[in-house]
Amino acid sequence: MIKLTDIRKAYHQGQHNELWALNGIDLAIEANKVTALSGPSGSGKSTLLTLIGCMARPTSGRVQLGERDISGLPERFLTDIRRRTFGFVFQQFNLIAGLSARDNVMLPAYPLGGDWRALHERADALLDTLKLGQRRDARVEWLSGGEQQRVAIARALINDPQVVIADEPTANLDTALSREFMAILESLKQQGKTVILTSHDPLVVESSVVDRVVHLRDGHLVEGDK
Amino acid sequence: MQSRSSHRVFAFLAIWLALFLLTFADAALRRDTGARVLEANEQLVAQLGLTDLCLFTEARYTRHPSQADLQSAFQDHPLAFEHFPSGSLLPPPRNLSSSYENLDRKTKSAD
Amino acid sequence: MKIWIERQKALIDFTLSSLARRKLKNLGLLLVYTVIVFLLASVMLYTHALRHEAAQVLKNSPEVIVQRMVAGRHDLIPLGYLEKLGRIRGVQNKEGRLWGYFYDNVVSANYTLMAPSPESHGFGRIADGKIVIGAAVARERGLVPGNLISFRSYTGKLFVFTVAAVLPHEAELVSADLLLLSETDFRAFFDIPAGYYNDIALSVANPQEVRNIASKISETLPDARIILREEVLRTYESIFNWREGIVLVLLSGSILAFAIFAWEKASGLSAEEKREIGILKAIGWETGDVLKMKFWEGALVSLTAFLLGYVAAYFHVFHFSAALFEPVLKGWSVLYPRFELVPVVDGFQIATLFFFTVFPYTVATIVPIWRAAITDPDAVMRG
Repeated sequence: MIKLTDIRKAYHQGQHNELWALNGIDLAIEANKVTALSGPSGSGKSTLLTLIGCMARPTSGRVQLGERDISGLPERFLTDIRRRTFGFVFQQFNLIAGLSARDNVMLPAYPLGGDWRALHERADALLDTLKLGQRRDARVEWLSGGEQQRVAIARALINDPQVVIADEPTANLDTALSREFMAILESLKQQGKTVILTSHDPLVVESSVVDRVVHLRDGHLVEGDK
Repeated sequence: MQSRSSHRVFAFLAIWLALFLLTFADAALRRDTGARVLEANEQLVAQLGLTDLCLFTEARYTRHPSQADLQSAFQDHPLAFEHFPSGSLLPPPRNLSSSYENLDRKTKSAD
Repeated sequence: MKIWIERQKALIDFTLSSLARRKLKNLGLLLVYTVIVFLLASVMLYTHALRHEAAQVLKNSPEVIVQRMVAGRHDLIPLGYLEKLGRIRGVQNKEGRLWGYFYDNVVSANYTLMAPSPESHGFGRIADGKIVIGAAVARERGLVPGNLISFRSYTGKLFVFTVAAVLPHEAELVSADLLLLSETDFRAFFDIPAGYYNDIALSVANPQEVRNIASKISETLPDARIILREEVLRTYESIFNWREGIVLVLLSGSILAFAIFAWEKASGLSAEEKREIGILKAIGWETGDVLKMKFWEGALVSLTAFLLGYVAAYFHVFHFSAALFEPVLKGWSVLYPRFELVPVVDGFQIATLFFFTVFPYTVATIVPIWRAAITDPDAVMRG
């Protein structure tokens, strides 16, 4: 479903602090599977995630989504594809403080201009399935870490994306909450979502929910796929 | 389901916009009744030969700005009559005084 | 179209909940903003209406007034001057006017005393011993028709008058301090001999010729000072223009203070706001969406302030007689006319006010966002 061909990515290109985060990645990611990108910090796994999720464009190489080459598209189109195809769960959750859980969940749908009532109900339904129904009017900064992550997951799902992208989802969670997260992941897979995540947490990488682990080091793929 | 905040703001703005437009209607209405008053005042002005508005009654020479003479207290110009709290901070524009001075200079003898 | 509207409504929802987070600060800003608009609009409406009223009412005042100067002072004008003026071509009507000032130390007020000419309708026949008084005089001295009132004249003699009538309340703007009395009483009260007047009012056959006639008068009567109606009208125009200017100068301090405050508030982008914009970009908002959202913030705040401020100013000026400005205009006057201005609203003025209050704030809200809004969406993940 997502195909990467000879992807390279440089930051600060042409400056003294030029940094090549990715050096020629070829990777195909299957639909309806959970794929984990693993590797030490600085291995380029987060950068790869941003390229897959259309948040950034590669310096060279091709990104194909389905049959479509999206690496050369201008920002407008890229944004449109991103918000219809991908849902993001960030390591720091990146919720907007001061707003209620429900408002946060609804945010990605605002620029789409859909029916507000339907959106409202969808947000409530998502919060209910994630066992946050009773906390939906609470400001997000009053929620616990686990609850905040579930808000972030609900937000990622609000536009009903095909692909859910999670960056180090268990980094800020204890073991019990991490297991809970894996259970949510399992249910997403059952709903037919494609999940791509980065992690170096053994609890995630060795979990049976994860179908495939891709190892990275210094911007290269390393042999030893699961 | 709770009411939507944008709708509440629209309603609020709509009410004030209506009030804003109502001020124009009100102005038109009051202009009609006010026209009678203005007309009565115009007649009074014509009958009595009044020259000034009765706004500044604090002193003799502020009561009729257009009639005050050149030598009243503190007064240095027929247009400069603002020595009280209602007074002037700025001089009158030059072009205003010139016409009067011109007429004045046409007199053959000095006054 | 429906999608576009839904999208704008959603952006407004967001901007409102985001404003609601700092409720006190934003309400304070809105209040100050509204007060500024209110003051500006009040000054504008008030001076515009007053200027209009002065021009309207005084367009019937005498076209030319001739005063006699003696040793450079305004002096009584003898009857002979009337005849000399009558020989100037183009002079249509001429009459001697009798008017003067009287200081009433009972209420410390200045009155304008006037003997209407016998030809003027309505007031021509004020019987000896009677006076007609302005509404403010009646109010200040507590007089009703039929009452007796006595004044000690400048000659030291006591004069007793019967109040025959009170001038209508609506006419206060031109007649609040008037005392109208008969010519005989007037001459006796001020000890003015027969055959002398205070000044002469003229009307001319052809208004175009007014200036020529004026210079002819000053040739015929070298000791005359000539006051033209158009000068009177321009005087009033300039009085209100510069009074408006004064108030605006005084206001400018607070306007500047507000401008700094609003600029600071609108343009000072905190680290938190920058982070929020990064998040919005990361979860799928376009640069344009962020800018639109901020546009709505600026537009809603300034539009609300404009509407509230303007409507309040309208009611202040035209329904509450501009109560806040009264001290400024009243000065040290004891007699002050109570008048309700006829609403004259200038659409262009309102458009100007709208432009200068709504536009800058909205721009100040959007412009600084620009830089933050064009950050890459992956900036959030790079930490």
